[in-house]
Amino acid sequence: MKPLIKDGRIVADEWSLLSHEALDDIDLTPAGPRQIVPLAHYRTHAEVLRTQGHRIAILLGPDDEPDAVAPYLADIALVAIHFPSFTDGRGYSTARLLRVRFNFSAEIRAVGDILRDQLYFLHRCGFDAFSLRADQDVNAALSAFDDYAWAPDFGALPRTAPKGSLPLRDPAADK
Amino acid sequence: MYRYNETDQRLVDDRVRQFRDQMQRHLDGKLSEDDFRPLRLQNGLYLQRHAPMLRVAIPYGTLSSMQLRMLAHIARTWDRGYGHFTTRSNIQFNWVRFADVPDILALLATVQMHAIQTSGNCIRNITTDQFAGVARDEILDPRPYCEIVRQWSALAPEFQFLPRKFKIAIAGGEEDRAAVRFHDIGAKACRSDQGEPGFEIFVGGGLGRTPMVGHCIKPFLPRAELLNYFEAILRVYNRYGRRDNKYKARIKILVKDLSVEGFAREVDAEWRHTRGAGSLIPESTFATMEAFFAPPAYADARATDLAFVAPRAENRPFARWVERNVAPHRHPGYGIVTLSLKKTGVPPGDATADQMDRVAELAERFSAGEIRVSHEQNLILPNVPLRDLYALWEIARRSGLATPNIGLLTDVVCCPGGDFCALANAKSLPVAAAIQARFDDLDYLFDLGPLELNISGCVNACGHHHIGHIGILGVDKNNEEWYQVTLGGSEGKHSRLGRVIGPSFAASDIPDVIERILQVYLRERLAEECFIDTLDRIGLTPFKLAVYGERHEAAH
Repeated sequence: MKPLIKDGRIVADEWSLLSHEALDDIDLTPAGPRQIVPLAHYRTHAEVLRTQGHRIAILLGPDDEPDAVAPYLADIALVAIHFPSFTDGRGYSTARLLRVRFNFSAEIRAVGDILRDQLYFLHRCGFDAFSLRADQDVNAALSAFDDYAWAPDFGALPRTAPKGSLPLRDPAADK
Repeated sequence: MYRYNETDQRLVDDRVRQFRDQMQRHLDGKLSEDDFRPLRLQNGLYLQRHAPMLRVAIPYGTLSSMQLRMLAHIARTWDRGYGHFTTRSNIQFNWVRFADVPDILALLATVQMHAIQTSGNCIRNITTDQFAGVARDEILDPRPYCEIVRQWSALAPEFQFLPRKFKIAIAGGEEDRAAVRFHDIGAKACRSDQGEPGFEIFVGGGLGRTPMVGHCIKPFLPRAELLNYFEAILRVYNRYGRRDNKYKARIKILVKDLSVEGFAREVDAEWRHTRGAGSLIPESTFATMEAFFAPPAYADARATDLAFVAPRAENRPFARWVERNVAPHRHPGYGIVTLSLKKTGVPPGDATADQMDRVAELAERFSAGEIRVSHEQNLILPNVPLRDLYALWEIARRSGLATPNIGLLTDVVCCPGGDFCALANAKSLPVAAAIQARFDDLDYLFDLGPLELNISGCVNACGHHHIGHIGILGVDKNNEEWYQVTLGGSEGKHSRLGRVIGPSFAASDIPDVIERILQVYLRERLAEECFIDTLDRIGLTPFKLAVYGERHEAAH
């Protein structure tokens, strides 16, 4: 099982990511209990998968709107956000919006081209789980959360807070 | 000046540690060039034509003497004894060694400086008016707001990987000396009808490949909403800006695609969620920030002091320098001194380590220990008693820093061009040198009056050629360097882009071309009319005719 960084620790990843191809052949889907499904397929396949006994989560692409996933947030265990390249920064905004505008408090997972050197910033935007690119050293990556001392607690809702002598603005106001 | 608190200091120290580790992993082969490139760029480290180049931020163009001495030390110890001040309040070291950069950054951190986000697709150094805090026409001192925006934008987690680079300028005066209409976001200080302080917000300006004058999307933004509104703009851009083509990825293209009104609507929709009570910048923050930028204790100085009046009457070179290089100061008996980095034969914006040390010393002795860097690539001493000008001038002169040419033809704004830059299509420095050499006669220069000449070595337009009264752009034609001339560009209140006058020229022709253009002006001008006004009045045609002659006639 591929390792996952969750809440600053290495854990076993119990979820499998269903590709579009796999979903085209939904009846043949191997029976792992936990499936992450692209948003576009969620409506079509969620019920089938649930009746097969799966737990479902949603995968967002970089151009998926957070509004589109909003109606399902209460029903899912996690949202995964895909980074086609680590230099494509759209997912940072998506995560932030899910946290502060939609008050999504369950797992937000970064998947795709996820490297050790972006973990700190991803975490600050609300990601709390990271499925790193295959070549990354997962153990070494754990120290990335300590790259900067001004980090908030892991539990705190991340927000683009001003630093230095500026006080943190109240995340609760962003609704 | 702003002084770091513990959090600020810790942040730059941590940044150095992080980058040192990244550099080490890269050198050990554990971090590939593709994965490392965006990281090193966000720390100001480029790989240029001949050598690595390090770009260091001078936030809103403000330096202390101590900081400038450190820049001199770095130039002397880690480079070849000089640095290049850029058009965006940065300094570039052209000959650093790649693996030395973490050590250089560590030194910078000891004087509260850094190279964070001086390159890369992120929010770049914040720039402002070089006369901030001392200009007579000031509506708001922009520096407290610049510092607030600096803190917000430095390492802003959500905006580390934007579609493209993002530049913000803030101006505080009636006259815009920060080119706010040529930035991704430009904020110009203003007051509401009720007198509350705030900003007029422009977006989508910029030079480069697709030059555009920025559009106003918010005529009045209360200052407490500055970060909420900027965040809304950045979020809309981060989510919807194009990422498929880097030449169409700047915010100006998004603004054009959505229309100005459409873009403003998107921003307002986003801002609606964040604006208001809980996320306003508290008044106390403004007060705290303003305290950092309190004016120095001014002495009881007088404009009529004999130490100033006498040499000005008797010494023509000094009087000329005062005329061009000393601007009116808000406080009576004081002046704002511009030390020219445009001496003939020296690349515009370059200063040697010895010159930097000398400027640091002059600032300490005459200007409360503070220096500014202008986007015209000169250094400014903002608080000089007029009675000290003569003493200052004599020292500056011996150091090659008192060329009396501010705002004149030879105050050329110029990028490093093909001599250094990997992007350049053509050299720019020899063209600047040839123009400075040809028009070196001070009587002639003073007679010509205010004239802005800008040179860029490629379409990226670091020399801001589009906004020069005369602009020169280096282009590549079949591997040969050619130069295109534009006329009529302007920044400030009457911002607009210059127009190309016709086919391009060989480098060796440029001084002649400029001379023919100037001859038309001298022939056609009315009394007291400066170049740009004559050009506006008579149009491009007489200039084209003078430059191209029959060739122009035939073409039409």
